[in-house]
Amino acid sequence: MNYTFIALVENKPGVLNRVASLFRRRNFNIESLAVGRTENPEVSRMTVVVDCPNGDYDAHKIEANLYKLVNVIDVQDVTRQPSVTRDLALIKIKVGPEKRAEVNGLAEIFRARIVDVAVDSVIVEITGTEDKIEGMIELLRPLGIVEMVRTGQVAMTRGVNDGVRRVQGVLGNRYEDVSELAEMAP
Amino acid sequence: MKKTGAEILWECLVREGVEVVFGYPGGANMPIYDAMLSYPVHHVLVRHEQGGAHMADGYARASGKVGMAMATSGPGATNLVTGIATAMMDSVPVVFVTGQVAAHLIGGDAFQEVDVTGITLPITKHNYLVTRADEIAEVVREAFYIARSGRPGPVLIDICKNAQVEQTEFIYPEDVKLPGYQPVDHAPKDSLERAVKLIEKAQRPIILCGHGVLVSKAEEVLANFAVKTQTPVASTLLGLGAFPASHELSLGMMGMHGEVHTNMAIQNSDLILAFGMRFDDRVTGTLKTYAPHAKKIHIEIDPSEMHKNVAVDVPLVGDLKTVLTDLVPMVDEYDHDAWLKEISGWKSEADTRNIINWPDDGKLYVPHLIANIWKATGGGAIMTTDVGQHQMWAAQYYALDKPNRWLTSGGAGTMGFGLPAAIGAWFADKDQEIWAVAGDGGFQMTAAELTTAVQEGANVKVAIMNNSFLGMVRQWQEFFFEKRYSAVNMLSPDFVKLAEAHGVPARRVTKREEVNEAIAWARKTQGPVVLEFVVEQEDAVYPMVPAGAALDQMIQRPVK
Ligand SMILES: Cc1ncc(C[n+]2csc(CCOP(=O)(O)OP(=O)(O)O)c2C)c(N)n1
Ligand SMILES: [Mg+2]
Repeated sequence: MNYTFIALVENKPGVLNRVASLFRRRNFNIESLAVGRTENPEVSRMTVVVDCPNGDYDAHKIEANLYKLVNVIDVQDVTRQPSVTRDLALIKIKVGPEKRAEVNGLAEIFRARIVDVAVDSVIVEITGTEDKIEGMIELLRPLGIVEMVRTGQVAMTRGVNDGVRRVQGVLGNRYEDVSELAEMAP
Repeated sequence: MKKTGAEILWECLVREGVEVVFGYPGGANMPIYDAMLSYPVHHVLVRHEQGGAHMADGYARASGKVGMAMATSGPGATNLVTGIATAMMDSVPVVFVTGQVAAHLIGGDAFQEVDVTGITLPITKHNYLVTRADEIAEVVREAFYIARSGRPGPVLIDICKNAQVEQTEFIYPEDVKLPGYQPVDHAPKDSLERAVKLIEKAQRPIILCGHGVLVSKAEEVLANFAVKTQTPVASTLLGLGAFPASHELSLGMMGMHGEVHTNMAIQNSDLILAFGMRFDDRVTGTLKTYAPHAKKIHIEIDPSEMHKNVAVDVPLVGDLKTVLTDLVPMVDEYDHDAWLKEISGWKSEADTRNIINWPDDGKLYVPHLIANIWKATGGGAIMTTDVGQHQMWAAQYYALDKPNRWLTSGGAGTMGFGLPAAIGAWFADKDQEIWAVAGDGGFQMTAAELTTAVQEGANVKVAIMNNSFLGMVRQWQEFFFEKRYSAVNMLSPDFVKLAEAHGVPARRVTKREEVNEAIAWARKTQGPVVLEFVVEQEDAVYPMVPAGAALDQMIQRPVK
């Protein structure tokens, strides 16, 4: 199952490399990783989606290992928290003028936008959850997708609720003892 | 006042208490070496950067302080890599400083440019690439703090040549600012209470004492806990010395070459108290059948070790000494006489197979030699080892009552560690007797450091256990590859002549009756000494848990 983590990291050179290298070394499979600035110039925010075949057991492992990186400030698992998740895709479709209307119709249904029109192609921009984007891609595929790019998922919990912190409280210095984890070990 | 980056580096190192640096100069760190001359730091010129890394590591393990090694860019830095990985695997605090080409040349494949921070990313606790002089003070401050706190480990600082020569205002940072780095000290009360409940119920408890006990300086509180609850203490390879081997509750070493009764006790226990250890595969055997009846309490500072290899019932993340100090008043006194008796039953059975109890057949066996060195030194020497059979025998027969005298590469198993680690340890305490036990194979990996020992007058005694084989690999080929010996026959130089060519007095010992005299001679000879013991070639380390077998499925020494 895919888990979604939000990691706050120090905005310093090489931190993305450290995180990526850690996932590789500990043998975790990243499904998507998006990184960008936050309201605080010293902090970057990563949304990482990782396949966790052993459920919360793997999630604990990921959190604990992320904290081994000196530059990682906070990690929360928002998989089961009510949250807003978004992915953005740009999709180039090879269509001449005769089929543009069809693309237009689809775009409208998905609340996507056509952001570029050329003689023999159009670019569609779609923002939404993974599912929505996958759905649109399925329908566009028969028309001939020639190029596609996606930003990877970003996430934000709704309201004031945070995600789960299994390893460390917000202020650090406390290990959250989740006793059921032992039963989930592979 | 304005200073160069190189001067700032030394200002900071001196403030961190660095007294000795093991290193090697080259193009990319010449400004650092030039500035060094003005500072009260002793520099040890090593013969190979790997040796320097192990020396800094040995110094750190013996002193409890942060070790320090240096190298130039490119090949100098890559030569450190094995030593860095060795320190990482055993959580040893060492700060490495490497020179790097000038910042504007980075990425251009300049002469002796190697991406050292890239290479060492997975084998350091943290590393830095410094491109400007004004970064140095803060980085050095952080590096030492990170290396020694929490779960200790190596930190590398790669300093570009321009940063070494640029001038900048020197301001020593009073504090470190690391928002994401907050090692936990206390474990929460509710978790402690859950642990106490398990301890109350236990009939067959056992403590697994790891390196963390030494790192956290928790020896005394561990002993208090063990005595109060009458819980026997088994040790990992790196935990040896944390609990006195002569204590009645001591079970000695566990694991692949651990004692029979110790492994039996683990497999039959109903509560495992894992203190500062990480359930390495060398101590658990196959996980499928590991301690099947035991509940598990794990005290460990690194949360990523929780449930990593063995899922535990109560994870207590925190500084071991702090957590144990909180825990001791919460537990009652118990007695586990029946359990302790059962364990000694297993022990007396195993004793008959112990080669140390066998009659003299005229040959030299490493266990005897270790026991002889133990007797001569009263068990009080610092003992460093290389890796292989002799290492396991040293662990089994050099019974330690005191902490921080056992220096061995456990996690990485790095051959060549013994001699340089001993030299490093000598700088930690020059009055302390130091022995390095090495195999004929491993000794040759870093033998060039003999000259370093001579140049420094390091008073280290090297015992080479020469079995003319890469013995541990030979043993595996004997047991698991139908004795098809492949690439394990090792031709060695004449070790006595080799030592003498380095200016080191040396003797070869081939008979039992020469052993004690030779050891006595080595002890009273000032400075480095080499003893070569020509030992039985095809002896094997027993007991042995084959890789992947259950912990109580041990191959035992055949009875004659
Ligand atoms: C650098 C390195 N290379 C290879 C090994 C694999 N290895 C482990 S033990 C061993 C044999 C060591 O032989 P020797 O130093 O003679 O010691 P002995 O086992 O004979 O006591 C080898 C090759 C290792 N641990 N380290
Ligand atoms: Mg050998």
